Amino acid sequence: MDTIIELFSYDFFVNAFIASLLAAISCGIVGTYIVSRRIVFISGGITHASFGGIGMGYYLGINPLLGAGIFAILSGMGIQLFSSKGKVREDSSIAIWWSLGMAIGIIFVYMTPGYAPNLMSYLFGSILTVSSGEIWLMLALAIVIILFFTFFYRTILYISFDEDFARTSNLPVNLFNYLLMILISLTIVLNIRVVGIILILSLLTIPQATANVLTREFGRMMVYSVGFAFLASFIGLLISYFADIPSGATIIFTQVILFGLVKLIRMLSTSRK
Amino acid sequence: MKKLLEIKNLSAGYDNNIVLENISMEVFSGDFIGVIGPNGGGKTTLIKTILGLIKPVSGEMNLFISKTNIGYLPQVNQIDKRFPITVIDVVRSGKANSALFSSFHKNTEEKEKAESLLAEMGISAIRNKPIGELSGGQMQRVFLCRALMNQPELLVLDEPSTYVDNNFEGELYLKLKELNEQMAIILISHDVGTISFFVKTIACVNRSLHHHPSNIITEEQLTSYNCPLQIITHGNIPHTVLKLHDEHDHHGHNH
Repeated sequence: MDTIIELFSYDFFVNAFIASLLAAISCGIVGTYIVSRRIVFISGGITHASFGGIGMGYYLGINPLLGAGIFAILSGMGIQLFSSKGKVREDSSIAIWWSLGMAIGIIFVYMTPGYAPNLMSYLFGSILTVSSGEIWLMLALAIVIILFFTFFYRTILYISFDEDFARTSNLPVNLFNYLLMILISLTIVLNIRVVGIILILSLLTIPQATANVLTREFGRMMVYSVGFAFLASFIGLLISYFADIPSGATIIFTQVILFGLVKLIRMLSTSRK
Repeated sequence: MKKLLEIKNLSAGYDNNIVLENISMEVFSGDFIGVIGPNGGGKTTLIKTILGLIKPVSGEMNLFISKTNIGYLPQVNQIDKRFPITVIDVVRSGKANSALFSSFHKNTEEKEKAESLLAEMGISAIRNKPIGELSGGQMQRVFLCRALMNQPELLVLDEPSTYVDNNFEGELYLKLKELNEQMAIILISHDVGTISFFVKTIACVNRSLHHHPSNIITEEQLTSYNCPLQIITHGNIPHTVLKLHDEHDHHGHNH
């Protein structure tokens, strides 16, 4: 226990701790929306498409996360536009953006002269090297998400549950679909440093699955998801530090173990009744 | 009698696939229209056009009441039953036009309305249950409550009798008959036999639309409307047996 407290005297660890808390807030809330609305695959598409922006960032010498943000938002909009206006099947549309982004990213990284620093940290995450600047951005995002989902809780709930009915009630369905798509994109991009492109989908789905074991109410699921995401991230962070294994992968591994435990406890307690 | 909506020479469909062709129809307050027709004949497309969810390819669709004054009960299989939402929230979503910024309103009136509808349908006890745990009959009651939240002038129901037991089906139609005193109703069903007992008029939809002025319809008329239908009858529910075009033969068998 003393060693854990001692860890907090290191700046890098405090940063990682705060990053995991902020990641849990944004991913827990936005992930609940994603899972409830069954748009996990869209989110996967956006995640991978953002790699194109990372490659472009390297090539142009700008912050790769800025490039990733642009690509993520464009692909999110692109998927919606392709399937609604372009009459492309939605899953095909997702696959097109998914692979296009990856392809662009690989080409740009290849064309960038010399060595691409930190490339692995974007792919697999590196919570221990998250910078203060990135923490501030994550904090801003967490605040925006909390405010947005609190202000418009019912609107988001009703649109997610039954879009057609929401349209007949004159709710601004399209506007909210686009706003939420932007929030998903930003959540993905700003959490890439925590667990990486390859693993981020898990932060948006596993804590939600764990929460869903205990509740089937939208609002509660958000709160529980944040809790489980934070718990597993913190435990994963500690394990990765002490065992000296990659943080992103350890966090995800802990998420799955936590899900398994909660599910098991739930099954045992219901079978005893 | 107030005219609620009119459809004039309207064609509608999805992409390049026309499902409804050159249909015309009028709905007045007090109407109780049973919409029948084969699967894929355009019944749901008709409803979605009325609700403004589908833009017509050609023709006119004029609504003389506010869109929010139409209560809508969708087909159950269009609903994601695993969505994390409780019964009370589903019902409250019926008054969604007050939902924007609603986190900061008290909305006491809306909550009371929802509670009283649940009580009226006899399902107050399940108010906090997630919808995934409901039976078919409970689910339809919940969606009927939602459709009634806004005190609609027109109630539109898409196959409300699917996945429900016979007892509830009868109860539902009696409830609709009662509601019809306050609002017009459009009821989609594949089950002509049962609904013809409750509705006032019948509309056959099969690419074209024929609004038949009474609730008794003969097989001959169905054939001439190009509305091939299987006539199913159930045990306990009262139903009008359709007049057969060869009535003499029919009587012959009975004697």
